[in-house]
Amino acid sequence: MDHKEAQNALVQFQNVSFSITVGAALRGRPSRWETTGGHGVPPLQIISDLNLTVEQGETLVLLGESGCGKTTTLKLVNRLLTPTSGEVIVEETPTTAWDPIALRRRIGYVIQEGGLFPHFTIARNVGLVPSLSGWDQTRTQERVRELLSLVGLDPDRFSERYPRELSGGQRQRVGVARALAADPPLLLLDEPFGALDPLTRASLQREFAELTKRLGKTAILVTHDVREALILARRIGLMHKGELVLLETPERFLASNHPQVRAYVETLELTDRKAGGKQ
Amino acid sequence: MSFWHFLQLNWAELLLLVRQHIVLVFIAILLAVMIGVPTGIALTRYRTLRGPVLAVANVMQTIPSLALFGFLIPLPFIGGIGSRTALVALVLYSLLPIIRNTVTGILGVEPSVREAAVAMGMTDGQVLRQVELPLAMGVIVTGIRVATVIAVGVTTIAAAVGAGGLGVYIFRGLRQYDNNLLLAGALSAALLALAADFLLGFLERQFSFESKRKHSNALKVTLVLVAAVVLVAVGLTLWRSNAGPTSTAQGHVVIGSKDFTESALLAEIVAQMLEARGVSVERRFELGGNLPHEALVSGTLDLYPEYTGTSFTAILHHTPIGDPRAVYEQVKQEYADKFKVEVSPSLGFENTFAILVRGDEARRLNLKTVTEAAPYTPKWRAGFGQDFMSRDDGYPGFSKTYGLKFAEVREMDLSLTYIALASRQVDLIAANSTEGRITTLDLVQLADDRHYFPPYEAVYLVRQDSLTRVPALKEVMSKLANSISTDEMRRLNYEIDGNKRDPKEVVKDWIESKKF
Repeated sequence: MDHKEAQNALVQFQNVSFSITVGAALRGRPSRWETTGGHGVPPLQIISDLNLTVEQGETLVLLGESGCGKTTTLKLVNRLLTPTSGEVIVEETPTTAWDPIALRRRIGYVIQEGGLFPHFTIARNVGLVPSLSGWDQTRTQERVRELLSLVGLDPDRFSERYPRELSGGQRQRVGVARALAADPPLLLLDEPFGALDPLTRASLQREFAELTKRLGKTAILVTHDVREALILARRIGLMHKGELVLLETPERFLASNHPQVRAYVETLELTDRKAGGKQ
Repeated sequence: MSFWHFLQLNWAELLLLVRQHIVLVFIAILLAVMIGVPTGIALTRYRTLRGPVLAVANVMQTIPSLALFGFLIPLPFIGGIGSRTALVALVLYSLLPIIRNTVTGILGVEPSVREAAVAMGMTDGQVLRQVELPLAMGVIVTGIRVATVIAVGVTTIAAAVGAGGLGVYIFRGLRQYDNNLLLAGALSAALLALAADFLLGFLERQFSFESKRKHSNALKVTLVLVAAVVLVAVGLTLWRSNAGPTSTAQGHVVIGSKDFTESALLAEIVAQMLEARGVSVERRFELGGNLPHEALVSGTLDLYPEYTGTSFTAILHHTPIGDPRAVYEQVKQEYADKFKVEVSPSLGFENTFAILVRGDEARRLNLKTVTEAAPYTPKWRAGFGQDFMSRDDGYPGFSKTYGLKFAEVREMDLSLTYIALASRQVDLIAANSTEGRITTLDLVQLADDRHYFPPYEAVYLVRQDSLTRVPALKEVMSKLANSISTDEMRRLNYEIDGNKRDPKEVVKDWIESKKF
């Protein structure tokens, strides 16, 4: 939004809208197989006129309830979807001008439960993007060991296991390691900690915050958990019905008078009061 | 003869049929996988094609196999008789389970896994090869397993188009009312199906990734490779050994026969006589319905035994007439003009329809002719073969000529009618006059006193180009003219059907006794 930051911008949304046909909407979430428009059915607007700049090195959290368009926003960045109008610019090139394969290999992607390949070992899951990019085997193996250690998993114990032999938290760590494998400048995370128990979630959130800071990664993270947003974000973008209603640092987010923000903050106060009552 | 004894005597032939059966199924499934899996993959990419293609594959599978073989016979390239037609039909049957399971398997891959694969920067081909196919493999192998078990069953029908396999025993067993043959054919086919099911079930478990833990990837790859190499090697050797000799200096002749003992026997006579003269012979015996005719006209066969009356009515569609000479001459003329086929001189006997009743009944009521039997028919049940019920010179005209009205008419397999008559299930049947069991079961033939049935003189039908190509054919044809009497034919038939002797032996002895 602030165009003076444009020099440092890694990702820019410029007047981006995205809509799907009603038929596609009925079949479920938008997927890359769907085409937009046509068929004479009025299209369903998922994202309307989104303008947003993600700066180098920041963690931007998109917060919102289900169906607000935050996941769609994420998929527009690595071109799993392309905008109906407007442009998403990654590293100064619109996504539509990127070779989608090259673009995606420069962007780490983490989804809930990790989205790991059940038929690959942990090592092969993590080493996937390097081996796709043509790294030799030794280099890939070294990188896999390095990354597993980085996310707190012992390479000797976990390399040859399969995803279903791991706990949810461990799988999520592997998902993060896989996203970091080819050292991409940008990470996209879609509710990465959503399916974890509260204790595991808290420790993973803490570790993740440290990790991105240490590695200087830019991250866009999608969540519906306002606590998670406050812990991880340098800036929080609040989305509602396909629009970005607020984009602020956590402190100014808490101070905002926007009714949507107040609703979120109230849920926080409610849980805090309960916790206080117990003491 | 006990089943055990039967197996001891016939194990070599049984093994040959099992081998043919396996080769047919193996090649058909191989082709079906090569067509079906890519088709299935394409259908996951082009959603709009999915419905129509699956619908077509579905329809294929609902066509009864005999009918499908029937459709295929007249077609060029993929049709005709023999293993090629059988393969085409088998492939068509096997496609549906393979295509459907490929589609189901790939579409069943967790959407988040597929999305992750795309988001990692995999190309469509990489997503397919590294993610979708490996994860769908268990389901695809299940489809192949289902297709294989179905194919083992359908292949038994392939014997009807001369493709060999265990169906040969089953069809022959039905015709000769021989439980040993039936049992050997059906039991072996069932065991084959079970074995295929077990083996592919094992393979399926190797592919499902739940078992990933137990086997290292290297072991699995080796296992699959070994299995593939063994299968291909077995397939190739079997296929080669199946192909047999193709040509010799003295020429090559393909001989066909209809699907009953006498026809096969007459064909075997020519086969052995030609072989004695250095001609290589390919036997395509026991072909059903009009198959031998179609095959002869299309050039797949060089020769097969036929009856003039059948050619006259069933092939040339003339109204039946009684004069043997006139029938022969007209058939000879028309075959030469229409089909470029030569009709050999008569072999010396007729195989007409014989109207049979039980001996005790005939003596009690003093019956000699059909006319004398007519008054009793309202209390009788009749048993007729499908052929007799449908042909132009069959039941409708027959019952009209003699004014017959039966209490019940049962349409059944011709070979079963003899037993049905002897065991008092029916009271009158229409059989072949040269049938060996007429004497042994104490059945009496009623005279066709109104000369309804046209003459059925046995002849060979030979393609004219075959006669010029293989000179030995002409000599054999002239030697066989007027060489077999009706009594002799009955005796030969009985040697095979009654005494269960090997047809080849019977023919060999006969040729020696005739000093041909």
